[in-house]
Amino acid sequence: MCTYETTTLTVTGSGKGAQGWFPVSDATVYYDHPVHARPDHTLNIDLRNPARGTDARVAIELDAASARALAEAILGTLERVPAGLLDTSTG
Amino acid sequence: MNEAMRADTVQFTGHGGDPVEAYLAQPLDGPPAGGVVVIHHMPGYDEGTKEITRKFASRGYLAICPNLYFREAPGASPDDAAAAARAGGGVPDDRLVGDIGGAAAFLRAQDGSNGKVGTIGYCSGGRQSFLAACSLDLDAAVDCYGAFVVASPPEGLPLKIGPILHLVKDLRCPLLGLFGGDDQYPSPDEVAELERALTEAGKEFDFRIFDGAGHAFFAVDRASYRPEAAVEGWQMIWDFFGRHLATS
Repeated sequence: MCTYETTTLTVTGSGKGAQGWFPVSDATVYYDHPVHARPDHTLNIDLRNPARGTDARVAIELDAASARALAEAILGTLERVPAGLLDTSTG
Repeated sequence: MNEAMRADTVQFTGHGGDPVEAYLAQPLDGPPAGGVVVIHHMPGYDEGTKEITRKFASRGYLAICPNLYFREAPGASPDDAAAAARAGGGVPDDRLVGDIGGAAAFLRAQDGSNGKVGTIGYCSGGRQSFLAACSLDLDAAVDCYGAFVVASPPEGLPLKIGPILHLVKDLRCPLLGLFGGDDQYPSPDEVAELERALTEAGKEFDFRIFDGAGHAFFAVDRASYRPEAAVEGWQMIWDFFGRHLATS
C-alpha cells in the first residue's frame, strides 16, 4: 500500500548526488514503495536542495531493519562524541 | 484494425492556462475512439504508467497521461519529480481538476475522437479520478485503490488534500472501483463507506474488492503485483469502458 507516511524537515550539510557535491537544505523521510530497492515498502530518505533543481537529491531506500540500525548508529555515534565537538556552527 | 499506434510526448493546456507535458498514445486506424485520461500514481509519470497508456491505445482508445508534477519538475526524472512533489505536499485538488479537464479537452479535439472521455487513476490517481468525475463532464471513471476519498490523511503529513466523500452527490458519470482486500489506504471499511454513500445518492457504480490483493496490485514491476486480481481487473475495465466510451 502507499502509506503516505511522510516527514519533512530542514537540514544543514552536504550530499553527493548525480551532479557531485552540493549543499543540502531539505530532508524528506517516508515509508512507502521504493523506486529501486527490492522490498515492497522501504524507509526512504531524500536529502535535497530545491533551489538547485529537482536532481539535486541524494536518495536512499532501506528495509525497515536497516533503517532502524542506521538511525541507532547515527544517534549512538552522536552520543559518544564529546559535547564540545557538537557545535554545528563551524566545521 | 492492425493495432498500429503512435505514442509520443505532447503538451496541452492545463489548469490556469499552464502548458502541461503529457504522454499521448493513439491508434492509427479504426473507427472514432473514446478517450482515456490515465492519472499516474504517487511515484509519478513513470515507465509503468506510460505502458498502461499504450495498453489503452492497443485496445483502440485515445489515451493521454498528463505529467502532474510537470510544474514542480519540468524535464526531471520521474523519481526526482515525485520526491519534489511529495515534499511539497502533492498536487492541489483544484490544479488536478484543471489539468484533467485540459487533458480531456485535448483528447476530444483529436481527429480520431468520438467525443467521449473517461479517466482511470491508480493510488493517489484513484482518488483524483473520482475527484475529476465529480467535477468535470466525463463519460466514465475508474478508481484503482485511491485513498483519502473517505478518510483524512494522518495528522502531520505534508499532504495538501483531504477527504472528498461530500462530492458523491456531484458524481457525473458511472464509476468503477477496484480495490485490494488487504489494503489499508483505502481500507475495506472506507470502500464500504464510499459504496454506501454512492448507493444513497443513487449513483451508477460497480465496486470490486479483490481478496488476497493489497495496494497497487496492478503494478507489474512491484512486489505488490497480484496477477489474478490484475487480469480480472483489466477485464472489468475493458467491459466498463467498452460500454461507456465506445462509439455511439
